[in-house]
Amino acid sequence: MIRYSIVIITAISIFMVSCKEKTPPALPKLGFKKIVDGEEVDHFVKDWSFMNTDSAIVTNKDLSDVVYVSDFFFRSCPTICPKVAREMKRVYKAYEDNPQVKFVSFTLDPKRDTPQKLKEYAANLQVDTDKWWFLHGDKDETFDLTSEYMQIGYEDEDAPGGLDHSGKLILTDKEGHIRSFSEGTDPDETPKLIKDIKTLLKEYEEK
Amino acid sequence: MRKNNQTYIFLLLAAITILHQGCDQETYAQGKRLYEAHCENCHMEDGNGLAKLIPPLQNSDYLKNNQDKIACILRHGQNGKVIVNGIEYNQEMPGKKYTAVQITNITNYINNAWGNDYGVTSLEQSSISLQNCK
Ligand code: HEC
Repeated sequence: MIRYSIVIITAISIFMVSCKEKTPPALPKLGFKKIVDGEEVDHFVKDWSFMNTDSAIVTNKDLSDVVYVSDFFFRSCPTICPKVAREMKRVYKAYEDNPQVKFVSFTLDPKRDTPQKLKEYAANLQVDTDKWWFLHGDKDETFDLTSEYMQIGYEDEDAPGGLDHSGKLILTDKEGHIRSFSEGTDPDETPKLIKDIKTLLKEYEEK
Repeated sequence: MRKNNQTYIFLLLAAITILHQGCDQETYAQGKRLYEAHCENCHMEDGNGLAKLIPPLQNSDYLKNNQDKIACILRHGQNGKVIVNGIEYNQEMPGKKYTAVQITNITNYINNAWGNDYGVTSLEQSSISLQNCK
């Protein structure tokens, strides 16, 4: 009898332990370290300023109280962009009602993707441009920024659409550190990014 | 001996049936490959398109009712307004110099994928359509 009780009690305690929600490990800070004032610090995205779909200037400072997911694209891109946009929208849908999360798409083709055209694009993608920004700016600055977000982007006459670029979805925290990413062309990777956003938001709750 | 023969015949029939089924699934194999290489980026693996940017091919009334236009759309692309299942799309689809054979295979694939049942086109029909592109 006693032996049985011991077994049962042990079983119950094992259960209770496993029920307790495990806190997931903190997300790493990705990218090469930078040197600021002679000191090595974690990689952070440098300051930028772009024009939004209402032709107003916005900067990375306007995103300092949210975490955001970003990508690089262009409207007439015949290759990976629609798939990346679809995955971005999946993440957007998951956090549609959470004001702590925003989305930012930078166009690599500012000549053709004017703020007006981007506004139309957003309307056709059926997303809200207060929550999901479509940004237009200097072309060189945009290409420069791809590497800040650990992506690649360059002009290539042989590539379809004249541009070659990667289709990652990048998660950036309030301090500008890159914390996670997924391959926008692979729908199987999207759920992990959705989960990582939750983990990142928890970090701020605990502070 | 007799019994042996029967077994052989049985095995032969079984093999034919299996091969035949395999063939059936592969009927639009080239069309599928071409679709994956040239269309799937935009129209997606399930043929559902994307929001109001890219129209669906799965269950598309436009595809169903405009069979004579498909060959020209694939070769020369399409822009301007198009209404698919009551929703207006107005983006550009780039064309490509597919051969008439490739176009026939792609068309037959999209006509019969994802539960679509829009019939089968012939090389002859595609060639005639291509001659009449505007
Ligand atoms: C760069 C993206 C892109 C690619 C690649 C593409 N399409 Fe399209 N497709 C579109 C867009 C956008 C439209 C709507 C055009 C418009 O607004 O006039 C369209 C329209 C169509 C239509 C008519 C409307 C409908 O939905 O029934 C068909 C059929 C079609 N595409 C088939 C194909 C096939 C087959 C391929 C591959 C050979 C292909 N498309 C490749 C973007 C694309």
